[in-house]
Amino acid sequence: MPVVTKPDVPAVKDNRERFLERAMSRHHYSGDALIEVLHTAQELYGFLTPALLKTIARKLRLPPSRVLGVATFYHFFSLEPKGEHSMIVCTGTACYVAGAQGLMRVLEHRCAKAGSTSPDGKMSVQAARCIGSCGLAPAVIYDGKILPRLTPDQLNAELDRIGVK
Amino acid sequence: MSVRTLEIDGKAVTGVAGQSIFSVAWDNGIHIPRLCHVGGVSDVGACRLCMVEVEGQRKLVAACMTPVEEGMVIRTNTEQLLAHRRLIVELLFAERNHICAVCVVNGACELQDLAASLGIDHVRLRYRFPTLSVDTSHERFGLDHNRCVLCSRCIRVCDEVEGAHTWDFSGRGVNSLLISDLGEAWGESESCTSCGKCVQVCPTGALFAKGKMVSEMRKDRRFLKYIVTAREKHEWVR
Ligand code: SF4
Ligand code: FES
Repeated sequence: MPVVTKPDVPAVKDNRERFLERAMSRHHYSGDALIEVLHTAQELYGFLTPALLKTIARKLRLPPSRVLGVATFYHFFSLEPKGEHSMIVCTGTACYVAGAQGLMRVLEHRCAKAGSTSPDGKMSVQAARCIGSCGLAPAVIYDGKILPRLTPDQLNAELDRIGVK
Repeated sequence: MSVRTLEIDGKAVTGVAGQSIFSVAWDNGIHIPRLCHVGGVSDVGACRLCMVEVEGQRKLVAACMTPVEEGMVIRTNTEQLLAHRRLIVELLFAERNHICAVCVVNGACELQDLAASLGIDHVRLRYRFPTLSVDTSHERFGLDHNRCVLCSRCIRVCDEVEGAHTWDFSGRGVNSLLISDLGEAWGESESCTSCGKCVQVCPTGALFAKGKMVSEMRKDRRFLKYIVTAREKHEWVR
C-alpha cells in the first residue's frame, strides 16, 4: 500500500509580535505614540504583561515607570487577563441616583470588585462614569449590550442565567 | 530681558518676563507657601498651596505656574486664601497616614511646618487610613507610601537632574502611587543610580535614608541649587 504522507501543516504562527512592531514603526518609534502603541498591544493581547510593557518602553526609548504610569492611568488598559464576560456598571449621576450602588454591591458580592475579575475568570467588573444613556438608568453594559433599568433582583437573575455561582 | 513691574501684597516689585509670580515674590522676601515647588526643577502646579489672588481675575491662580505681567496687583495672604490652604493641608493629612511621632523627619518636615504655620491643630475631616506599604528593599534608602503627598518632586529631580527617571506615578486620583520602573521593589530597579537626590528633595519622610531614628533625619535641599547652578552657569557656589 502506498504510504500517504500528510502535507506539512504549518503551525499556527503568532503574528501579534509582528503587528505590534508594525504599529510602533508606523509611529517611527516615537515616545509620543505611547498611548496608541499601548492601545494596539491591549487589543492584540487582551491585557498588558510586564514583559510587554518592558519591550514597549525599550523600543520607544521611554522610562519603564512612565509606561506603567500611563498604562495604569487609563481604565481602558488592563494589566490582568480579562474575564470571559464583562459587566460595566454606570455610576454617573443619573444611574447613581437610580441605584447603581445596589447593582455594584451585587456584583461585588457574587463576582468581583470594580476594576477586577472574579477568581474563576468568569466575570470582569468595571465602573464607568456616564455612558450617556441616562434615560435607561440604572444601566449595566453586559458584554457590550445595555441592560436597562436594572434592579438588583434582575441582575441576580441575569448572573444566574450566565452561570455565575 | 524685559522687566515687569507689579505689586505683591502692597509692595512694588519687579521681575523679568517669564518669571513666575512665586519666584518674584520669594526674591522680594514674600514667602508664598508651597509643597510641590522645589528650586532647580520644573514646576507642575500639583499642590495648589501657592494659590494667590490677582486683581481683576475671578479665579485664583497658582503662583508657581503663572508668569508675572506688567501692572499685576497680587495678594498672597487674604483670609480666603488662608482658609483654602488650611483645607488643602487638612486634606493631605486625612488622605494617608501621617504619624509625626514615629517619623524620621519629625521636626524638619515641610508638611508639618506648613500645618504649624497655618495654625492647624486638628483635622476637621475623617481620616481615610489607607493600607499602604513601606519599601525598604533599597540598600541605603526607604520609601514609606504612608507619608507621600504625591508632590512629584522626586520624579522631577530624578528625571530632570539625574536623568534616570526611575520614579513615576501609577494609577490616578486617590489610588495614585509612586512606583519605580515597572513597579518592582526599589532595590531591584535597574534605572536607579542610588544618587539620593529624591530623598533630599522629598518634603516629608516618605523618602528617607536608612539607619535614622525618629526625628533624626535632616534633609539638605541646598545641594540641588548647587548642582543646577553649576550645570547652568558653570559656577560652583555653596
Ligand atoms: S515620595 Fe516624597 S517627593 Fe516623592 S511624591 Fe511622595 S512626598 Fe513627593
Ligand atoms: S507650589 Fe505651586 S502648585 Fe505647588
